[in-house]
Amino acid sequence: MSTAVAPAAVRPAEEPSFYAHKGIASWLLTTDHKRIGILYLCAMITFFLVAMTIGFFMRLEHMTMGPTVMKPTTYNALFTLHGVIMIFLFVIPGLPAVFGNFFLPIMIGAPDVAFPRLNLMSWYLFMSGACIALTSLFTGGGPPDTGWSFYVPYSVTTGTNVTMAVFGAFVLGFSSILTGLNFITTMHRMRAKGMNWMRMPLFPWALYATAWVQVLATPILGITLLLVILERVFHLGIFNPALGGDPILYQHLFWIYSHPAVYIMIIPAMGAISEIIPTFAHRTIFGYKAIVMSSMGIAGVGSLVWAHHMFTSGMSQVAIITFSLLTFLVAIPSAIKIFNWVTTLHHGSIELRAPMLFALGFIFLFSIGGLTGLFQGALAVNVHLHDTYFIVGHFHYVMFGGTGFAFFAALHYWYPKMFGRMYNERTAVVAFVHMFVGFNLFYFTFLVLGLMGMPRRYYDHLPHFHVGHLIATVGSWILIAGLLIMVYNLVRGLFRKVEVPGNPWGGVTLEWTVPSPPPVENFHTLPVITEDPYHFNPVQPVAKETP
Amino acid sequence: MTSAAAESTSETQPAEGHAGPHRDYIGAKLGMWIFVFTELILFGGLFVAYGMYRAMFPQDFHHASGELNVTLGVINTLVLLTSSLTIAMSITAIRLGKKVQAMALLSTTAVFGCVFLVNKFFEWKAKIHHGIFPGSPLLAQRHHGEALFFSLYYGMTGLHGLHVTVGVILMVIMLVFLARNKIRQDDFIKLENTGLYWHLVDVIWIFLLPLFYLAA
Repeated sequence: MSTAVAPAAVRPAEEPSFYAHKGIASWLLTTDHKRIGILYLCAMITFFLVAMTIGFFMRLEHMTMGPTVMKPTTYNALFTLHGVIMIFLFVIPGLPAVFGNFFLPIMIGAPDVAFPRLNLMSWYLFMSGACIALTSLFTGGGPPDTGWSFYVPYSVTTGTNVTMAVFGAFVLGFSSILTGLNFITTMHRMRAKGMNWMRMPLFPWALYATAWVQVLATPILGITLLLVILERVFHLGIFNPALGGDPILYQHLFWIYSHPAVYIMIIPAMGAISEIIPTFAHRTIFGYKAIVMSSMGIAGVGSLVWAHHMFTSGMSQVAIITFSLLTFLVAIPSAIKIFNWVTTLHHGSIELRAPMLFALGFIFLFSIGGLTGLFQGALAVNVHLHDTYFIVGHFHYVMFGGTGFAFFAALHYWYPKMFGRMYNERTAVVAFVHMFVGFNLFYFTFLVLGLMGMPRRYYDHLPHFHVGHLIATVGSWILIAGLLIMVYNLVRGLFRKVEVPGNPWGGVTLEWTVPSPPPVENFHTLPVITEDPYHFNPVQPVAKETP
Repeated sequence: MTSAAAESTSETQPAEGHAGPHRDYIGAKLGMWIFVFTELILFGGLFVAYGMYRAMFPQDFHHASGELNVTLGVINTLVLLTSSLTIAMSITAIRLGKKVQAMALLSTTAVFGCVFLVNKFFEWKAKIHHGIFPGSPLLAQRHHGEALFFSLYYGMTGLHGLHVTVGVILMVIMLVFLARNKIRQDDFIKLENTGLYWHLVDVIWIFLLPLFYLAA
């Protein structure tokens, strides 16, 4: 992106970075969006490693038939914890909270977010919610065993500590709402001079679409979780058939939030990929407007498909057919993005660096995830696949292969900017290969097991599923090995004394115009935007196109 | 292209100079409006539940509604509506620079909020005294729809009451801000946003009144 003033050129060379202030208080009381992003990153990587370890033990349990390493009740608690931690503490807040906080203001040429103190409060709410949820494991009647979806009536009748876990999720939702609200206001009010909406880079655009979903869908989860608490404490009966209530109402309310939450996870991931692909293809993004519109389209249509989680619950036929149709519709904007990325690569001069490998991995894995989603949207097939490993395989392809890989792609892409250091790229590639191979070995086997009829959330399995489970367990080891190599490489990179230039990849969005790591004040003089984003100087002759 | 873009830009862009993110009047108001939307949706979940169960048990809802005290409900409505007026007047007063008047009107609003809560307390107390509360033995003997009506009644007026309480606390904080000149004639957005929140609380009550008290 060209700017009339090149901020990097006019600023004093020796300006201290935003890390310059030392001391724990300077971090815990900061209102600097960059520091808040780093705070989120540290918390989330920790939560991710915890939930990954839980996943490792679940897989280990299935290595042999019968009891392997744990009791059935432990297994129930573990899959609940794995889901709650991964979904509420890593995948949903992931990209917006870490990279959104760090880069949104810089990418739109703003000094900070609109409400910096509210931003810090969001982080505290996030940590409080996380602490409440984690405390629930060790207090009361023991760790919740309901699965992350807290389905009634079991969540109301079980003696485990569901009330506290649900309250933790409620607080996390509040944090999510405030972050969304903050981002929307920031983008409406603080874009740099000359950056009209159609000149805003695609990652901010994705955050904008996401923020609206966060703001409009999360309150429904809030009220639903509050009702579960009230049911448990005061026996309201709203979801209790014995008192005239309807458990299906719970499922509707839950999925009215939790399906759009899937798009809270994936839209920012797509936004990050839309930044990485043009940078490493050294070519302007193909179909900028189509990507923008598809982000908003996914957010809009995606909010209307929730009941496809409930095809076997006994809803009316009209509702089932309507939601099936809407589910197929939401594939269109997702496909538009895939085509745009692939077309961007076409005629680009592709540089296969570590972030680009993760981004390409994302496209491959997300495509499988998205297409298997269509299987489940088809009514007849759904009955067969419902509650099998096919579902588990599908959503791991979308959430881990999609959002997870995009998160790691973004981390490798923006790492030099965030820390002013560099990881070892060869090791990063080794990590990626392990992750990619292990992932497919693991979750593609899940798809097959699901088609064979292996039900999800079962502690044990029948003999004819055994080979599949063994393969998946081995896959999980390779995947975890890759993840550990990656984390090791990223942590070690912090201590390598390597000079990192301001723009190591040749990116063109505004964050590459500021030093690495950025100083406290993002911009010495606020930039003025005169051109569309992704304006690369062509490294090879390309056809002139109007995005 | 560039000139057209520049024109459309100048309309959508914030004022020049960036006085700092803390003093963006429109931004602060935009943020508050979005928050108000989220509150509406929070209550929306309960309204959906109400609508569904009323459609399922119209007779039971009719009978149960007859047991609520319409007079108390109407008094509370008048109290809340008046309080919305006084907080709006308080905002006007500070915009005109009349600090004492603004504080007096804001205090009146807070008092009205407390009156509402006291009324609500006695209403609930009387009902609970009669054995009508979620999970009570009395309700267990009655029709499901009636029990659900009262569950929704306690749930929705309870959540609303919580919002009234938060509103009153906010007003006390705003009174301190007014006293310390942190809310002034030229910087009154905090008070205005408090007013916006208070109107929301009011609007939700206006829907609760007919749905619970006047459904008979």
